[in-house]
Amino acid sequence: MDVLKRLLDLLAGDPQADRAVPPTGFTARLTVLSAAAMAFLAVFALALSLATGRLADRWSAELAKTSTLRISAPQDQMDAQARAALTVLQSTPGVAEARLLSADEQRALLAPWFGPDLPVESLPIPQLIEIIEDSDGYDATGLRARLQAEVPGAVLDDHTRWREPLVEAASRLRLLGIVSLALIAVTTAALITLAAHAALAANAQVIRVMRLVGARDIYIARAFVRRFTLRALLGAATGTVLGTLAVLLLPRADAAGGFLTGLGFQGWHWLWPLVIPVLAGLVAFVATRQAALRTLKEQS
Amino acid sequence: MIELDNVAYNYGGAELFSGLDLQLAAGSFHFLTGPSGAGKTTLLKLCYGELVATSGQARLFGQDARGLDRDAVAQTRRRIGVVHQDCQFLDHLTLAENIALPLTVSGRTASPADLSDLLGWVGLSKQTEQFPPQLSGGERQRAALARAVIMSPEVILADEPTGNVDWEMSQRLLSLLVELNKMGKTVLIATHDISLIRAAKAQVSARVLRLKDRRLQLAGADL
Repeated sequence: MDVLKRLLDLLAGDPQADRAVPPTGFTARLTVLSAAAMAFLAVFALALSLATGRLADRWSAELAKTSTLRISAPQDQMDAQARAALTVLQSTPGVAEARLLSADEQRALLAPWFGPDLPVESLPIPQLIEIIEDSDGYDATGLRARLQAEVPGAVLDDHTRWREPLVEAASRLRLLGIVSLALIAVTTAALITLAAHAALAANAQVIRVMRLVGARDIYIARAFVRRFTLRALLGAATGTVLGTLAVLLLPRADAAGGFLTGLGFQGWHWLWPLVIPVLAGLVAFVATRQAALRTLKEQS
Repeated sequence: MIELDNVAYNYGGAELFSGLDLQLAAGSFHFLTGPSGAGKTTLLKLCYGELVATSGQARLFGQDARGLDRDAVAQTRRRIGVVHQDCQFLDHLTLAENIALPLTVSGRTASPADLSDLLGWVGLSKQTEQFPPQLSGGERQRAALARAVIMSPEVILADEPTGNVDWEMSQRLLSLLVELNKMGKTVLIATHDISLIRAAKAQVSARVLRLKDRRLQLAGADL
């Protein structure tokens, strides 16, 4: 409660103290502009992080519970092998459902490469069986052994081979987004520290006079801290609004667009950008306070 | 109030003065004189904690100045009004705001009536909304005196307060300082203006100290 009161007191400010320390134009503009730019970038980093997080979770969940059985056999043996495979699968613990993909479904899978009118019935393409696991999953090694004995043309693909790199890539992208956010915060702190140092140097004579008349260092520091915190809040709020609008204007997610069109916020995640100005204000508060107290100590 | 005991101060490796003793008792009136560069301003800075003695002990209101942290120095300065030769104003604040600055930085607000009385006392009632660069030398010195006394300090230190003003104005400033002394304030004025000292001795019982050849001595009867 005490911290909250102090924060509110700081934001409410002391008009007389604010007048005593004159604003320096270029540091004010630098702080607002850099906070706005960093907040704009932070919105995108946040959107990237959340989107890749969703993607990683979705790919992981979707692919983890499904497998594909591919049966390659001469056309006259295809039906027999498919039935045999289904029989094996239906008696395998951990398999919740197994079904033959229809000609239409196989045509849809091949459409991106061969177009929509491919005559799959007359082509020697393998028959696919979709396997859906139950919550316990099945023993892939045991199933492969049984299939090898009873359906020689069957190849089981449990998606592990390409699921893991995809999920790992998405996780890395999410990590990249988080690292970007951290770098943006550090850069914001560095820029605001530089601006605060410049403002303190420009006001060296003001500080000297205030000390001569009995001002405590914390009083002097507070005048700078409040100013820079409010500037960072204002700049970050502007940058966040612009960044959120830009994300809003990105193309909507659709199947054809793939991953890139899904870059944005969904549901309550739209509230996440609201955190950015608050964090920018906190970063500015801490950075300016440290810079001011250190500089005042050096000047004494 | 303020005591310097066997104090020395070195500046840039060279000794400015040493073996210096000074006691400013409550209600006393002192002049500090001596040639330019003798260290009068430095001695004043030791008295309000702006500088720390190289050796010896400076006690401000009973506290060793060497042991004061920044906050304690700030608190001590609120008990000492300082009139600087160059006034040290903030040019972006009005005269009234500059005079009220010691109150402002201590979290208090000057009552308009008190401020008006103070400005009237130093004869600056009409200049309240002017900015320091718009004021004459005499007006600036009187404003500096008003700022020095607004916190009702126990001690007033004035560094060449009449350095930039004519004779008439210096007499006016002197009479204000004498008036403060009669109100019980301790006053120390650093000046090289002998005529000012002579004029003061006609009005108040003042001790005159001379800082010369790195030592502080009581001045002769000619002063």
